[in-house]
Amino acid sequence: MTDQRSQAEIVRQSLKRRYRKERRFRAYGILAIGIALSALVILFTDIIGKGYTGFMKTTITMEVNLDGDMMYLDDPTDSRQLKMADFVEPLIQALIKEIPGATEEDREEVRGLINPYASVTLRDALKANPDWLNTTRTMSFLSHTDVDVYVKHAGDAAYSIKLDDQQKAWVETLLERGAIETSFNDTFFSGGDSRDPSKAGILGAIVGSLLTMFVTLILSFPIGIAAAIYLEEFAPQNKFTDFIEVNINNLAAVPSIIFGLLGLAVFINLFGMPRSVPVVGGLVLTLMTLPTIIISSRAAIKSVPPSIREAAEGVGASKMQVVLHHVLPLAMPGMLTGSIIGMAQALGETAPLLLIGMVAFIVDVPGGFFDSATVLPVQVFLWAGSPELAFIERASAAIMVLLTFLISMNALAIWMRKRLERRW
Amino acid sequence: MQPANLLLLTLVLAVVAYGLGYARSRSLAMPLGGIRHLKSLPFYYGARAALWSGIPALIVLGCWAAFQGKVIQLIIIGGLPPELIPETEGQASLLLSKISNVASGALPAGFVEAPIAEAAERLKALREQSRLLMSALVVSVSVLAGFLGWLRIRPRLNARSQVESILKWLFFACAALAILTTVGIIFSVAFETFRFFGKVPFTEFIFGSQWSPQTALRADQVAAEGAFGMIPLFTGTLLISAIAMVVAVPVGLLSAIYLSEYANKRVRGVVKPLLEMLAGIPTVVYGFFAALTVAPFISDLAAAIGIEASSQSALAAGGVMGIMIIPFVSSLSDDVINAVPQTLRDGSLALGATQSETMKKVIFPAALPGIMGGVLLAVSRAIGETMIVVMAAGLAANLTANPLETVTTVTVQIVTLLTGDQEFDSAKTLAAFALGAMLFLSTLLLNVIALKIVRKYREQYD
Repeated sequence: MTDQRSQAEIVRQSLKRRYRKERRFRAYGILAIGIALSALVILFTDIIGKGYTGFMKTTITMEVNLDGDMMYLDDPTDSRQLKMADFVEPLIQALIKEIPGATEEDREEVRGLINPYASVTLRDALKANPDWLNTTRTMSFLSHTDVDVYVKHAGDAAYSIKLDDQQKAWVETLLERGAIETSFNDTFFSGGDSRDPSKAGILGAIVGSLLTMFVTLILSFPIGIAAAIYLEEFAPQNKFTDFIEVNINNLAAVPSIIFGLLGLAVFINLFGMPRSVPVVGGLVLTLMTLPTIIISSRAAIKSVPPSIREAAEGVGASKMQVVLHHVLPLAMPGMLTGSIIGMAQALGETAPLLLIGMVAFIVDVPGGFFDSATVLPVQVFLWAGSPELAFIERASAAIMVLLTFLISMNALAIWMRKRLERRW
Repeated sequence: MQPANLLLLTLVLAVVAYGLGYARSRSLAMPLGGIRHLKSLPFYYGARAALWSGIPALIVLGCWAAFQGKVIQLIIIGGLPPELIPETEGQASLLLSKISNVASGALPAGFVEAPIAEAAERLKALREQSRLLMSALVVSVSVLAGFLGWLRIRPRLNARSQVESILKWLFFACAALAILTTVGIIFSVAFETFRFFGKVPFTEFIFGSQWSPQTALRADQVAAEGAFGMIPLFTGTLLISAIAMVVAVPVGLLSAIYLSEYANKRVRGVVKPLLEMLAGIPTVVYGFFAALTVAPFISDLAAAIGIEASSQSALAAGGVMGIMIIPFVSSLSDDVINAVPQTLRDGSLALGATQSETMKKVIFPAALPGIMGGVLLAVSRAIGETMIVVMAAGLAANLTANPLETVTTVTVQIVTLLTGDQEFDSAKTLAAFALGAMLFLSTLLLNVIALKIVRKYREQYD
């Protein structure tokens, strides 16, 4: 009796300690989740904080005197004259007039405020409207990238090192007068890559991604489903089938860069296919995503209950008819979900594409499957490696676009899983 | 015609063959008294004709498109005057790109020697011929085979079983593509790796502690003897992976435990997708985050407390990689913990153990093999991860265990050696393939062991 009581006493005494341990353990769990989630939050705020300015551009609006003599131009329809004419001078003159206190002597400093491509804009405007010659027009031009960076990060000392004090004062005055404005950066969505951050856009990379994804989708989806059907429904139980399965499982865990080596050695060196084209990128990504699609499609086929197959066989359907007419439609939502997730993976993949040369600097928006192209994540990689701050914010902005694509694809997959997948 | 257009044309032809086959089977059945006198439904006769027309044409198209580039290159090289014939593969690829630049108009023909301009003309002509020949061949194969298939339609023909067996073979071919991919990987890395070991001794590669892959461009260049010892690369890879594991394993494991044992359904429904979001973020984004936010933060922090840290420290790359791997570890451990039978849990709780005691003393030991398997898979992910280290880790091959110093990894070196200009017979380029082979082998080994452990463990409770 006393013995029992003392035992209960021991337990009771230790209870406090044990409950404390319990609470501590629980707190560790919460802490772990907190760490993971705060990493996610920090990542997103960091990228948004760095990149939201990438969606804005800075323009200078001024009255430009399109004087023919100043530009050495008397016929804007003559392409030879257009090539030779001086389109920088009217811009400099207009800006000198715009800035109080600026004189002819400051022309080099004034010139530093205007984007180098502004003269191209002016030329194109004149080409389109030849009657503008010898008139005065109010026009908007992109500012120089340094002005762009200064305007967006005026308070931050680290960002405005490239302008001298006089230029900064001018920019401030122009800002006050409303001549310098920031607005939505349409160039970012309508242009290809450029050496000048203000002109750089992601359209080329988006089109490259779409072309590559198209190749990946039309190859990996049918092949993946066919392979899954074979393995689930037709494959005999033998060593060879086991071997195929082992291969698929291993390929799913092979580092993606190895697929890049494969693409380089087989598609480019052995078959002599061109480098940096969406077709080769699509082929490499197909091989990479196939295991994912096969594995999820097999799971979808497996979840179709055998009673469906038996019923179809019972009314005289052949094995192939059972599969194609009954199992496949029922498994399709699951297969689609798996494929979307696989495609999302492929869309975010960078490493293998670096090896097959999709890192080239490409200004033009690719027009076909055999044009040199780059893809969105590679564009991020290229811009992130640039020392220029203006490129970093564009890289962040491009990441936001990429993440928007990926999150909507994943959301679609989750929605489809909830809506369409049937529980048996 | 472009291969893409030709592909579409082949598909159109197959559809036409389907229509014709369908119509012929019906017209054959008409005098017999309707389609019930056919052996199969008209659909199968049509499908059979479409497969006959499509499959051979697609095979021809695929082979032609795959090999035409190489064959044309060989013809061009072969047709050059003897004094221009390149001696090494590197020169050959230089010459070829020059010729194709002239052919595409990027390089004016006046800028190059006459034979090269001629070769460019020949290249243009050959490409044109190849395109024409390919189109003609593919279309005629498609039409001919489709016609043969169409001709052989008889009411007694069992089209259904034929179509089904063709489809079955097609499905098999798709599944066997996995083997082909593995074989392709092994051959593509093995071949170049053996060539590499012809230039650099195997022992030097495995045991060398110096990595500086600068090889001489000219034979008389001084001090350009490259060193190809992979030990600094592997220690660097292991250091970064170890840091990643230190972050990912505790965080991933503890969140899995909390989510599966403590959290209610609502919390789980919110937290789990958020954790999985970490896995869905592209690695290039993590690389950007590591290189531009975490690495400067760490070096500033270290400077503030008076120690020196590189701006490309292993800690930044490894830590961010760990964050990336958290969901991987947590979802694998979640599976394993849930696979532990409920009876074990109930038994322990009935004896008066608290939840955490049950977890630590009963469930965790039972789940340990499976968790180990998951951790091994995570390690193999960390070793093969590329973009984070390419962007955040450095290029200097230091043999160090200090996480604040710069190290380089196998994947970084593969990317650096293979992007930009390459010469396909220099030890530098071949070294990338040798590294790739080592990477493939080590991840394969880890995966095989991990999958074996996980599977064996699963069988225990099934």
